[in-house]
Amino acid sequence: MRGGVTKTAASRRLRLPRGEGAGAWLCAGSVALSLLALLALLVLLTVRGLGHFWPSPVALVTLEDGRQLAGEGVREVPLADGDGLERLYRTGNRDLDGERWAWVRVSAIEAVGYPADLVVVERRRWGRAIGHLVAVQGAGGERLEGEAAWTALEARLAELGTLRDARDRLREEVILPLAGRRDDEAAARELEAAHARLRELQAAMAGGRLELATADGGTLTVPLAQALGAYRPNAMSPLDRLAAWGEGVWRFLSEGPRAANTAGGVWPAIFGTVLMVMLMSLLVTPFGVLAAIYLNEVAHQGRLTRLVRIAVRNLAGVPSIVYGVFGLGVFVYGIGGRLDSWFFEAALPSPTFGTGGLLWASLTLALLTLPVVIVATEEGLARIPDQQREGALALGATRLEMLSRVVLPMAAPAMLTGVILAVARAAGEVAPLMLVGVAKLAPQVPVDGDFPFLHLERKFMHLGYHIFDAAFHGGDVQAAMPLVYATALLLVLVILVLNLTAIFLRHHLSTRHGALTRR
Amino acid sequence: MPLVKEQRSSPDPAAIIDFPPEASSLAIRGLSLAYGDKTALRNLTLRVPRHRVTAFIGPSGCGKSTLLRVLNRLHDLNDEVVREGEVLLEGEDIHAPEVAVAELRRRVGMVFQSPNPFPMSIHDNVAFGLRLQGGLSKRKRDDIIEWALRSAALWDEVKDRLRASAWSLSGGQQQRLVIARTLAVGPEVLLLDEPASALDPISTLKIEELIRNLKSHLTLVLVTHNMQQAARVSDYTAFLQQGELVEYAPTDALFTNPRLARTENYITGRMA
Repeated sequence: MRGGVTKTAASRRLRLPRGEGAGAWLCAGSVALSLLALLALLVLLTVRGLGHFWPSPVALVTLEDGRQLAGEGVREVPLADGDGLERLYRTGNRDLDGERWAWVRVSAIEAVGYPADLVVVERRRWGRAIGHLVAVQGAGGERLEGEAAWTALEARLAELGTLRDARDRLREEVILPLAGRRDDEAAARELEAAHARLRELQAAMAGGRLELATADGGTLTVPLAQALGAYRPNAMSPLDRLAAWGEGVWRFLSEGPRAANTAGGVWPAIFGTVLMVMLMSLLVTPFGVLAAIYLNEVAHQGRLTRLVRIAVRNLAGVPSIVYGVFGLGVFVYGIGGRLDSWFFEAALPSPTFGTGGLLWASLTLALLTLPVVIVATEEGLARIPDQQREGALALGATRLEMLSRVVLPMAAPAMLTGVILAVARAAGEVAPLMLVGVAKLAPQVPVDGDFPFLHLERKFMHLGYHIFDAAFHGGDVQAAMPLVYATALLLVLVILVLNLTAIFLRHHLSTRHGALTRR
Repeated sequence: MPLVKEQRSSPDPAAIIDFPPEASSLAIRGLSLAYGDKTALRNLTLRVPRHRVTAFIGPSGCGKSTLLRVLNRLHDLNDEVVREGEVLLEGEDIHAPEVAVAELRRRVGMVFQSPNPFPMSIHDNVAFGLRLQGGLSKRKRDDIIEWALRSAALWDEVKDRLRASAWSLSGGQQQRLVIARTLAVGPEVLLLDEPASALDPISTLKIEELIRNLKSHLTLVLVTHNMQQAARVSDYTAFLQQGELVEYAPTDALFTNPRLARTENYITGRMA
């Protein structure tokens, strides 16, 4: 019946209030305003975040004084002296002039063209290179010019991509697992062979370079091994752009960060966030549920219980950084330090558990979200009519059987509601994590093929902290800004997916056990 | 310190029927009970005859539901309850320390005012008590479930949808399901706390018919507000007022020819 009630109530509420006076309009207005604000937030994140990966055309701008520059127009602002507009171009070639951005007076622009043969090269260092492709030199020294150069460049870059993948796979699947068993002779021989293969691959990737004629008349030489990709943005069809956009988004999701978190992807951060939240849920659910059962079903409902209940509810309001300090003092230095001196003495003075890590971060957040789970579960337990409990007891059930067979299944949806709220809160927390285990850069995710597979002591990356770091600690804030938006959008999506999973689970449970409200 | 400080009126022994111990299933002796300092039952002494329907009637708050809950020790849940006196089931004190409460509650089943089936399938509801006991093969269990549902006159209505949620049944069906669930664990005594007060007239008739049928092998104790119901289904009726037993007699005698004016006032509706 719950669905029915909410539906009719919702449809009644969503209709324009008629003859109910200003109060109803006020309420409807605030609902509309809240929805609008949420929508604006999502649209801003989506447009700014996902727009970044769209390969926009690159303009070749000729100024009055004859100078030229190439770049994408980003935005225009009025000049400080009120005299016309100034336009920001996102250029490249930072290794030549140290700049990636150029402000140009609109009135000083003579002509803007979009030549089809402008090439943008993504590089491992120094960001993008932009210019006309002059020549490509192969590893063997042969030199190609004109259109043939572009064809050769595309082919060589595809080849390099394949080689890179092969190298990464060799490192991860062969060399890393073998490195752990140095004393085994057969393994040592295998390792030697793998290293030889690695050297071959690296030799195959080395050599060759491309020459670009930049817009300001200079020449830029890029070693091919440094180039990650190249495209001609002005010659792309909409379909090509879409494909390039898709590839950009995919790389953002699947790769690690580059250039001090101002470029590249966020895969380790996604992984770290999700893993940390899952561990947190695993830790908080049993404790929270047991505590709620004690408070609601076992404890004598006297003044002390009431006091404890109020205290638990108030704990939910403690600022999260306080939990971070507690986690640092108790978990990291206290328990972690003790564990180090007992079990990891060989590694001292470098700490194993005595420094921030996945386990301590999950524990801290579990503590932070414990009140939420307790309160939600208690509310669920309180909603179960005493008749159900008495019915079970009257059939000869012990208290424990009554709890486990009747009360807990009925309260399961409420528990999951608590977990959903906990996940929503924990996934967005950044402040306490900075004290207990999050890292600016931890390209090694905490799960790998090495025993014990899940490395609880490792530091990890987190989307929330990544946003903070990219926005304020990067060298180039302008360049990091789109990534900040994209990461923020991603954080919202990750929380959404985690919540939807829990909601789906709750729905599944409540249809199986029959929700209380269905009566 | 005695629980009951003053007896408001001394019981009239002539107005209270007694049964020989061998014909009674429950014996209540000097039972008093208080919630904190609020007295609910005052020094009750009566016997409940075996394989008969005994009804407790009386105004709200007279203690009849409390009395029923004492009989299978549901009052144990409330730690404010203070009790004096004893209740014997087939001659054994149900409050004796060696009595297992769960076992007692299997022997003394209880059906509550509003139907309280568990949020499970019809089958699982009836199987609930059997599963707690364990040790039954699935086949044996299914046989008992069918027998219980037949005894509760519900089998024909649900035999094709035993896996459907119990909450999809109508109120009357739910109440019969609860009775079946209680019958399945094989009680000797069935306590019914206003079992039809939340039901429509037709469902009420079915429950009443069921009660009459069940007394062939069960001792039934019925608490009801509805005096016509007590008159229709019970063999003996006890009238309680303010926690005291006023009159206890064969139902016909009590309703047609009450010995005491208090009883007469109540059953003729002249009592404030």
